[in-house]
Amino acid sequence: MDTFALLFQGLTVAMQPINLLYALIGVTLGTAVGVLPGIGPATTVALLLPITYKLDPAGSLIMFAGIYYGGMYGGSTTSILLNTPGESASIVTALEGNRMAKRGRGGPALATAAIGSFVAGLIATVALAFIAPYVVKFALAFGPREYFALMVLAFITVSAAFGDSALRGLTALFIGLTLGIIGIDLQTGQARLSFGVPDLLDGVEVTTLAVAMFAIGETLFVAAQGTRVPDTVEAVKGSVWMSRQDWARSWKPWLRGTLIGFPIGAMPAGGAEIGTFFSYATEKRLSKHKEEFGNGAIEGVAGPEAANNASAAGTLVPLLTLGLPTSATAAIMLAGFQQYGLQPGPLLFVNSPQLVWGLIASLLIANLMLLVLNLPLIGLWVKLLTIPKPWLYAGILLFATLGTIGANPSVFELGMLLVFGILGYGLRLFGFPIAPVVVGLILGPLAEQQLRRALAISQGNVAVLVQSPIAAVLLTLAVLALVVPIILRARGKGQVLAQVAADND
Amino acid sequence: MTEAGHLSTKQRRPDWAALFIGIGLFAIAALVAFDASRLGGAASYARIGPQTVPYAIALVLAGLGLWTVIEAWRGDFPRRERQEIVPVLWIVGGLIIQMTTIRFVGFSISTGLLFAMTARGLGRVNLAFAVVVGIVLSFLVWILFARVLQLTLPAGPIEHLLLPG
Repeated sequence: MDTFALLFQGLTVAMQPINLLYALIGVTLGTAVGVLPGIGPATTVALLLPITYKLDPAGSLIMFAGIYYGGMYGGSTTSILLNTPGESASIVTALEGNRMAKRGRGGPALATAAIGSFVAGLIATVALAFIAPYVVKFALAFGPREYFALMVLAFITVSAAFGDSALRGLTALFIGLTLGIIGIDLQTGQARLSFGVPDLLDGVEVTTLAVAMFAIGETLFVAAQGTRVPDTVEAVKGSVWMSRQDWARSWKPWLRGTLIGFPIGAMPAGGAEIGTFFSYATEKRLSKHKEEFGNGAIEGVAGPEAANNASAAGTLVPLLTLGLPTSATAAIMLAGFQQYGLQPGPLLFVNSPQLVWGLIASLLIANLMLLVLNLPLIGLWVKLLTIPKPWLYAGILLFATLGTIGANPSVFELGMLLVFGILGYGLRLFGFPIAPVVVGLILGPLAEQQLRRALAISQGNVAVLVQSPIAAVLLTLAVLALVVPIILRARGKGQVLAQVAADND
Repeated sequence: MTEAGHLSTKQRRPDWAALFIGIGLFAIAALVAFDASRLGGAASYARIGPQTVPYAIALVLAGLGLWTVIEAWRGDFPRRERQEIVPVLWIVGGLIIQMTTIRFVGFSISTGLLFAMTARGLGRVNLAFAVVVGIVLSFLVWILFARVLQLTLPAGPIEHLLLPG
């Protein structure tokens, strides 16, 4: 069957009223958490995992994807009006967007961000639908060693390739990998790193770790900064509609941003942040209004916002076709699949086409909903930003603990939440990235499984890992992704990499 | 940024906190390796078993520990802003109270206390008022999730009194 037929079938799944409702809940929640500081899409999906355990898999996954897309839209609102990015992929938007808002052009800035996100989300989702079947065909030839090599590459790009320090990225990754080996070894039934504690035999819950690291760690960190600089919300002055000139200056950056963002998200190359920086640099170089950059150039909002949404869609390519998460949100969505006994990868396309194509089609609908939520209703979201900080973070902790209590209200589980929360605070304090810990915890056991399979086939011969051309290429890329940035940093060219740090979601 | 005067002289003395992290990584590496050493059995056959990956992780962790110690010694870690410890203690205290009391007083009261203490940690709020707001809010959340969405949340006196059965 060709892609159009499959996508159409998916649309019939996505158009079922109950799935439309899930999508609406997802995009609404996603926009809200994207707008709010201190809580992002990764945390929100993690919070919802225990709550959605009893729901229909297709519906919940549609909701999670809606949260992911919504988070990308909502983040831009905070960046533009508050100069504090709601999530890390919106850092660049803050550069020009906040300047525009200060000059009374907040409305058009929000509009170009929302419409650009819509255009990019639409194109990128269609691209996802067309590329996925090819990747699936390619991936069917993958054996354990190719998967292992692919995961090693993902580990390196998520932890060491970007950010200001390979050391701290790798350390965060290996903390995650260490947490990943806790519990019963599935192949031999032996308990590892459990020290006779029965609660540890099942391993560390991804949801507990993610919620603790992101929500509690962030709350502690914000609290520890004391009351330093009060944030000022820029009021939206004037019309939210863009002038003819705004349109003329926006449409090319939207398309270019999509073109940059999608491949970066689709490759195992880390989160949505990277594309936004490239897009910003490109727009700055190509603009006829270079003098406006730094003072509120609309291209600097349009391009990066498109790139950021296109990346989010791109991230779903490796997640759905290979089971490979390349951002924290994708990692937690993988946990969401696993909760229903589903393993994303080529076989999912064969075994559950309804679910996969329903999910992809629902993204198109989610995009449309987001455009409506973010343009006419923008004033509502801005009100969220006026919640005083104490009440906001108190509410975040209420919901952060809710998921864990619902899953397992034991003192032990809540204790883990506290310990990992303090760990998350410590990591932030010393400049360690958080995402690699989460990716390591969830991807580590899968990588180990593939490695042991590959070595069992070869009877322990390690050379077999590089004897397949695909695996050899992937491992070479991984080595390059590790070594080249270290050399760049040593030569004092690390600032660019530091800016591209994949921070939160 | 608050102590701009000290910034000009690049730190050349050891960063003790970072040094401590490096030593901590060594300790974790040793723990992982020790735990792996107890495992075994099927290993002799395929030369790979449940202990293989832990050993590899322990080795890398030790390497990262060494690297951290070197960076700490040279003062290469990023400078840290001064941290306010009291707000952190309020929140940690709130989490501990919730953790220890939830079985006895139910979701609403224990989470309401967490809510109030977190709010107190982040700004000047009236604690008694925050407790009331927290308990009411938590109770509403309890109704939504425990009754409407069928999530198992511990019940206490408030839940039993207002919504018996």
